[in-house]
Amino acid sequence: MQKNPSSAPLVDIQNLHKCFGRNEVLKGIDLQVFRSEVVCIIGKSGSGKSTLLRCINGLETFDRGKIVVGGQSVETANAHALRELRKKVGMIFQHFNLFPSMTAGKNIMLAPKLVHRRSPDECQELAMRLLARVGLEGKFDAAPHQLSGGQQQRVAIARALAMEPEVLLCDEMTSALDPELVGEVLQVIEQLARDGSTLIIVTHEMNFARKVSDRVIFMHQGCIHEQGSPEDIFTSPRTPELRSFLSH
Amino acid sequence: MTTLLTLLSCFLGTLFGIACAWCRVYGSRRPRLAIGCFVEFFRNTPFIIQIFFIYFGLPSIGLKFSSFPAAIIALTINLGAYACEIIRAGIEATPRGQLEAAQSLGLDSRQIFTRVVLPPAMSRIWPGLTSQLIIIMLATAVCSLISTEELSYIANRVSAETFRQFESYIIVTTLYLLLSICFRRFLNWLGPRFIFGCSPIGTAR
Amino acid sequence: MIQFTLWDIVRNLLISIPWTLLLSAIAFLGGGAVGILLLALRLARPRAFSLPIAAYVQIFQGTPLLMQLFLVYFGLALGGIETTPMTAASICVVLYASAYLTETWRGCVESIPKGQWEASASLALTFTEQLRYVIFPQAVRLSVPPTIGLLVQIIKNTSLASVVGFVELTRSGQMIANVTFQPFLVYGLVALFYFALCFPCSLFGAWMERRLRVQH
Repeated sequence: MQKNPSSAPLVDIQNLHKCFGRNEVLKGIDLQVFRSEVVCIIGKSGSGKSTLLRCINGLETFDRGKIVVGGQSVETANAHALRELRKKVGMIFQHFNLFPSMTAGKNIMLAPKLVHRRSPDECQELAMRLLARVGLEGKFDAAPHQLSGGQQQRVAIARALAMEPEVLLCDEMTSALDPELVGEVLQVIEQLARDGSTLIIVTHEMNFARKVSDRVIFMHQGCIHEQGSPEDIFTSPRTPELRSFLSH
Repeated sequence: MTTLLTLLSCFLGTLFGIACAWCRVYGSRRPRLAIGCFVEFFRNTPFIIQIFFIYFGLPSIGLKFSSFPAAIIALTINLGAYACEIIRAGIEATPRGQLEAAQSLGLDSRQIFTRVVLPPAMSRIWPGLTSQLIIIMLATAVCSLISTEELSYIANRVSAETFRQFESYIIVTTLYLLLSICFRRFLNWLGPRFIFGCSPIGTAR
Repeated sequence: MIQFTLWDIVRNLLISIPWTLLLSAIAFLGGGAVGILLLALRLARPRAFSLPIAAYVQIFQGTPLLMQLFLVYFGLALGGIETTPMTAASICVVLYASAYLTETWRGCVESIPKGQWEASASLALTFTEQLRYVIFPQAVRLSVPPTIGLLVQIIKNTSLASVVGFVELTRSGQMIANVTFQPFLVYGLVALFYFALCFPCSLFGAWMERRLRVQH
């Protein structure tokens, strides 16, 4: 995999602050993610991991700081800017959020048709290709409630990929799955990583994070407490908080 | 008078509704069917006809009521029918685990119903029930048509005497609006305070 | 005293049923159209219309239909417009229905899980696209049972139009009862007729609700 650290970062977050009421959830985050990098964010519940991810695609507002993705800055008050941003950023949710009134194929086809204005035939072909890519060829006409949790999440991944995003955000994408279904989703993500996609993943699956990521970030109480390569983080943790987190 | 009508019929109607709901959930087949027919009949006919039937119709078979009792009866039965369905939905949504816990503590069925099933059920359906109670309060206006001396009847009398129909109706309508807002606030205060302890409205598990 | 047969009574009541149905249809269709318009306005950004529409709903839900009918009837007369009972009743029930329908439909839209909004936003859909392709299809499904319930309510509430003189089932029942001195029979029949109109709708609503629940 070609990495070019001297080129400009794809995702550039500077001094990000966010409060929920009086509770400061993000206390000055500085983070850069480069093209084709796979970054995993780990940490306890409440450390601000999901909030950080949701700020990157504009689902949460932030109080101070700057986020720029692929040249597009995140301006949550500007609907047009948000739309442009979301063409570059895809998101996978913990609870899949497939649209229940559409089949799997139609779920994937919706956004390219409306946003990129592709023809229906193009979209259908794209959807079938992506379903095959996530291992679900033949499920084009399946309704979401007929699919298992793992299958639904894979459709959700295909749906996000249909927009050809530059960076894909994964918010605890296996936390809502039964243990035996987790593997099939992780396999898809691993393949994406091998294909050179830029991924920012919030996860509790430590072995997965160790295997697939180029960099691991440990968040604690709203700050980036430690970051480094998987070996550094998992085999030689420096801070006591990280050590106690990993020992559970 | 409107307030008295409302409070009395709401109280009686809710009790009646709870009784019907209990019957429909726990009763044997015949009472369940009978209550079911009764409920469907009163939910699918207009209130004005129900009250006309009670006030004008029943006297010809010997049951004569003056306007206040007739109004109370009509309002109570009407509310009972709707309340039965609303409360039944609340009761049937009780998680099985709570029944099992209550039984394993040795409570008898009456205690289980009044202490374990009913309070969370009431908090679950409280928004729906308050809406229905407000509808009953507004239905007291229809009672004016059988000469019950409540707000709308006064409005009619005043407008007939002064020929200023529009003004008197506007005033009365505004009064109803204020009454309904106050009534809803009152009910939202009453529920948590006396009826269902600390379970939050609508979300009891 | 003239003797009236049962058939006389029934026949005269039956003649007035189409008027009940007509008023109900006007109320439902007209109220539905206004209701959708109000809903769209309420959901649109900027949220300028949210408060006035909420007030509108509160007024119609917080006051008796009886009073609303009187106000419309006498109000129009005061404004110099010659109204028939039919017109006054129609206008009033359309507004009344629109308030209840828009509030119910708004409840359905708001009960759609936030995740649906987030997922469609993350796919870069505009607000209108979100509503049209993701939110409304689900909201319509959810709204069928309560909307049918409101239809039943509308049919029953047309009975109040009798107070402004509109001759529908209730009014003709009143007139016949006064003439025949048999209120028990007449009002009993009227109740049965309303039941025959409303109960099938209620059953249909319950059936639809079961069907829609199974699908999800």
